[in-house]
Amino acid sequence: MSTDPKTLPGADPHTGNREIDPVTGYDTTGHDWGGIKELNTPFPKVALVALVLTVIYSVIAWILLPAWPLGREYTRGILGLDQQEMAERRLRDLVALREDWLGRFENPDFTALSEDADLMAIAMPAADRLYQDNCSACHGRAGSGGPGYPVLHDTYWLWGGAPEDIAMTLQVGINAAHPDTRWAQMPAFDWMEDDELSKLSDYVAAMPSGEADPDSEASTLFAENCVACHSEGGAGGLMNGAPSLVDDAVIYGQDTESVMATLRNGRQGVMPYWSERVSDAEINALSLYVSRLPDDGAADGAETVQASDESPAEATQ
Amino acid sequence: MLKLHYNLEKLSMGLVGAIVVVASIGGIVEIAPLFTIEQTVEIPDDMRPHTPLEMAGREIYIREGCYACHSQMVRSLADELDRYGPYSLAAESAYDHPMLWGSKRTGPDLARLGEKYSDDWHVAHLIDPRSVIPVSIMPAYPWLTRDLDTGLIADNLTALARLGVPYDDAMIENALADARGQSRPDTDGADGVRDRYGEDIAVRAFDGDPSRLTEMDALVAYLQSLGTLTDAAHEMLAEDTQ
Repeated sequence: MSTDPKTLPGADPHTGNREIDPVTGYDTTGHDWGGIKELNTPFPKVALVALVLTVIYSVIAWILLPAWPLGREYTRGILGLDQQEMAERRLRDLVALREDWLGRFENPDFTALSEDADLMAIAMPAADRLYQDNCSACHGRAGSGGPGYPVLHDTYWLWGGAPEDIAMTLQVGINAAHPDTRWAQMPAFDWMEDDELSKLSDYVAAMPSGEADPDSEASTLFAENCVACHSEGGAGGLMNGAPSLVDDAVIYGQDTESVMATLRNGRQGVMPYWSERVSDAEINALSLYVSRLPDDGAADGAETVQASDESPAEATQ
Repeated sequence: MLKLHYNLEKLSMGLVGAIVVVASIGGIVEIAPLFTIEQTVEIPDDMRPHTPLEMAGREIYIREGCYACHSQMVRSLADELDRYGPYSLAAESAYDHPMLWGSKRTGPDLARLGEKYSDDWHVAHLIDPRSVIPVSIMPAYPWLTRDLDTGLIADNLTALARLGVPYDDAMIENALADARGQSRPDTDGADGVRDRYGEDIAVRAFDGDPSRLTEMDALVAYLQSLGTLTDAAHEMLAEDTQ
């Protein structure tokens, strides 16, 4: 498009000569506000080139990638990329990558598995990740438990601490929605008289130290109401979810007040089941991991535990 | 082309017209797919709407601004599938008005949270997050133990029904009874809410106390329902990764 130079901004309408600013070398727009003139500074070359490049890129992208909506369809692009397919393919790759070692956990021969040091070196840090993602919210990052949630690095277990038992608990949960869930309930003894509850609470609270009086009225109450689940003398170990009352490892606390609250309201803690969230092999790896949590509470691979559950670092992973 | 722009700048209405044309293209590209959304988003057969108690919990979720730190969308990226489960489908939030996908994750994504942890854990965690996760930076919400304001539950369902959520007259009529029933197992109300919303819904005293209907009941019921309204996402991923 050729333009008559006389019509250009800043040009003298008769000669077509443009007024050039002596300082910058740019011409002016021709506007004059009482002697103040506006420079016609050109758009910076760098920005202009960048703009043109983005336009070129967008055209290339339309050709290669999904771009324009067409009613119920869209232009798919010649590369045929699909975000969901890509994610699923990469997930399959991840699974295949783990198959070498995770596949061996499909056979729950825990003795053989734990004797393979090379396998453990790969599997236990991976199991630690699974543990942190799924278990640590309740059981603590190193298996240290909390009020209402069992400690996993000690020797007290309600449903068995062998890897096989832990795997079963993970599969079906406790009081969970799984049809074969492990089931347990501490009923409420709210029908007892207040003084009976009070005596029984004192009695149970005194059991771990061995100071519970076997000839007291509370002892009779205990025998009539508690031994069916908690076993003779409160020794527990019946694999019915009822804890031993003699080794001070009750998850709801065994001081008089806590025992009183438990007696009044009952307890029925829930451990969700995991068979739909993690694979059987992963459950077996987790079971072995949990059974190997060391007694001092420092988990295998504890150094990888730094980025934890709800920290921003974790959320971006 | 640059010359064209140079001259267009001098024609004010011409420039306005050109701006309208260019901006419209950008708008149409974003808006046009919504015209056919009824056909492109297939609602799975097993999809259920939230129960009245869960809806009340959703209102509290919005009121407390949970969405500011928690997303409710598993993105279609392999590591998200690995950690959270199947990527979110559009249909899963078809009954959400507004949807709560969010984009900021100070805390973890919640789209697949339902039934992952126990009710007791949620209650303890909401009252004081540090009591169960010592390093958590989530604020505490101790006031959720107060009674739930049930005044708007039926109206809420009515409004959603008008927006196309399949609440029928019986559901709206019994909204209040259903909200109470879902938190009181072994009552007629519990049977009623199961009849109307399906056998699979969780009927429990979510806050541990069946005698009171609290905000905690509602919010925990809602959190435990996330990702459980349909199995379609799980089925699709299982099929595609076979």
